[in-house]
Amino acid sequence: MSDTPSITRDDVAHLARLARIDVPPEQLDHYAEQLQVILGAVAQVSEVASDDVPPMSHPLPLVNVFREDVVRPTLSNAEALSGAPSVESERFRVPRILDEE
Amino acid sequence: MTDLIRLTAAQTAAVVASGEASAVEVAQAHLDRITAVDERVHAFLHVDTEGALAAAAAVDTARAAGEHLGALAGVPLALKDVMTQKGIPTTCGSRILEGWRPPYDATVTARLKAAGVVILGKTNMDEFAMGSSTEHSAYGPTHNPWDLERIPGGSGGGSAAAVAAFEAPLAIGTDTGGSIRQPAAVTGTVGVKPTYGAVSRYGLVALASSLDQAGPCARTVLDTALLHATIAGHDPLDSTSAPVPVPDVVGAALRGDVRGMKIGVVTELGGEGYQAGVRQRFDEAVAILTELGAEVVEVSCPNFPYALAAYYLILPSECSSNLAKFDGMRFGLRVGENDGSPSVEQVMGRTRAAGFGDETIRRIMLGTYALSAGYYDAYYGSAQKVRTLITRDFAAAFEQVDVLVSPTAPTTAFKLGEKLDDPLAMYLNDIATIPANLAGTPGMSLPVGLAPEDGLPVGLQIMAPAMGDDRLYNVGAALEAALLERWGRPILEEAPSL
Repeated sequence: MSDTPSITRDDVAHLARLARIDVPPEQLDHYAEQLQVILGAVAQVSEVASDDVPPMSHPLPLVNVFREDVVRPTLSNAEALSGAPSVESERFRVPRILDEE
Repeated sequence: MTDLIRLTAAQTAAVVASGEASAVEVAQAHLDRITAVDERVHAFLHVDTEGALAAAAAVDTARAAGEHLGALAGVPLALKDVMTQKGIPTTCGSRILEGWRPPYDATVTARLKAAGVVILGKTNMDEFAMGSSTEHSAYGPTHNPWDLERIPGGSGGGSAAAVAAFEAPLAIGTDTGGSIRQPAAVTGTVGVKPTYGAVSRYGLVALASSLDQAGPCARTVLDTALLHATIAGHDPLDSTSAPVPVPDVVGAALRGDVRGMKIGVVTELGGEGYQAGVRQRFDEAVAILTELGAEVVEVSCPNFPYALAAYYLILPSECSSNLAKFDGMRFGLRVGENDGSPSVEQVMGRTRAAGFGDETIRRIMLGTYALSAGYYDAYYGSAQKVRTLITRDFAAAFEQVDVLVSPTAPTTAFKLGEKLDDPLAMYLNDIATIPANLAGTPGMSLPVGLAPEDGLPVGLQIMAPAMGDDRLYNVGAALEAALLERWGRPILEEAPSL
């Protein structure tokens, strides 16, 4: 469609940053080109999505599914940590979360 | 002695129950078959020889003790690698989960174990179930048993190929846009996407939570129904699980009577873009349904042509959110931690770039774009409205007819590599299966012959209203029986021996 915004390599770099994926610079043009083609095709949804049509987010009309507030067995600490890349003192060990001074 | 790998699941259960063969013998026959052919088919990512034989031995012990055996006790099954199984590697076809062993069973897995089903191993798939060919698996593609140079469909190509290659009589698939039905169509097998919410998603690694649905794969309609009945039913661990009774799918599969039924051929699914041989076999099958006593009419679903576009906005949007948890912090791969003194965000970026494949990255970025400020209404918002329109089309159609039919996929199995560099061409494989996912309604694919031009299987899709899954089995069984009478033997007997 003519009003599909064009996707630049800077746009892809921005999307990759938002999605926390280090896309190598040499691949940015490739992704930009493909995303442009796909967005051009999917933009046709606007042809029939008029104001009087309500949006649908889910096929089941379920709201507020509750369960009894009872204690059930859960994973042990060791089980929960069993797949962790790094563990220290029975906790997930992660890289630094603050910028260095 | 009976060729144990050629039996249907129903026959296998009977053989085990009668003592004609032990469950261990049945399991061993299938493990031997996997050893013999899977190097070429590559349906499995992991084979759990020890666990399978132990589960089979437990069934034999229970039988010896005179305990009641379930309808599928001792029957081997291949589990799609997107479903967790405690202690067994679960990769979802991705490097980012390589080596991960889940500490818990999915509800589907737990129900299979409780039923005495013998889980042979985990099957190959497109990464996180995104694809129509299994070529997006990080571990290499699965090959179609009908022609090893061709795709087995996707994302559940491993499950369909395992069933078609007689490596297992049953398999579990998951269907977000056609990942059970399209592989069934191109491998000459049967696959069902149940009504959304009919089978628990607990322990199913989520792709698009409002679309994902696990379901059965098998070689016959009855086997598919038996597996459906085993895994379906409300589960408090999944808050989107439907709190309603499971329709009598096994009874429907045993009935197979379409007399007096109204069947609608969907105008919008089957014209331009569909291979001639696919259309021919589909038309012949529809004629058979008429001969069997059904009234066949054409039904228009005017918004179906917009389903693909809506799907490729809704799916990437949900996927970009669901896959955010793969960040290298709590499980799976972690990359670049010791390269300099990186922050947690830098390690996440490095890990996700190294751990995700091309298609996954593409869809995460597409979803991130569709959900971003300024574009949300035009893309995701509009797609949600189309979803309403598709659901209304189904509702109007089911006012007129009991079930809808269409070809399952526009073509037979294409060559490996043929569409890998053209994402949009790959997406078109799901054009006929996607509407049911958007509406949450059930669908079945079953084989209706071989396309004259290439000798490859063609699938017919049956669609029913929500919680009308039994209708799929009734119509499918009637058509299957009539086709078997014409062919003289099951379609998979026509496949080349591996």
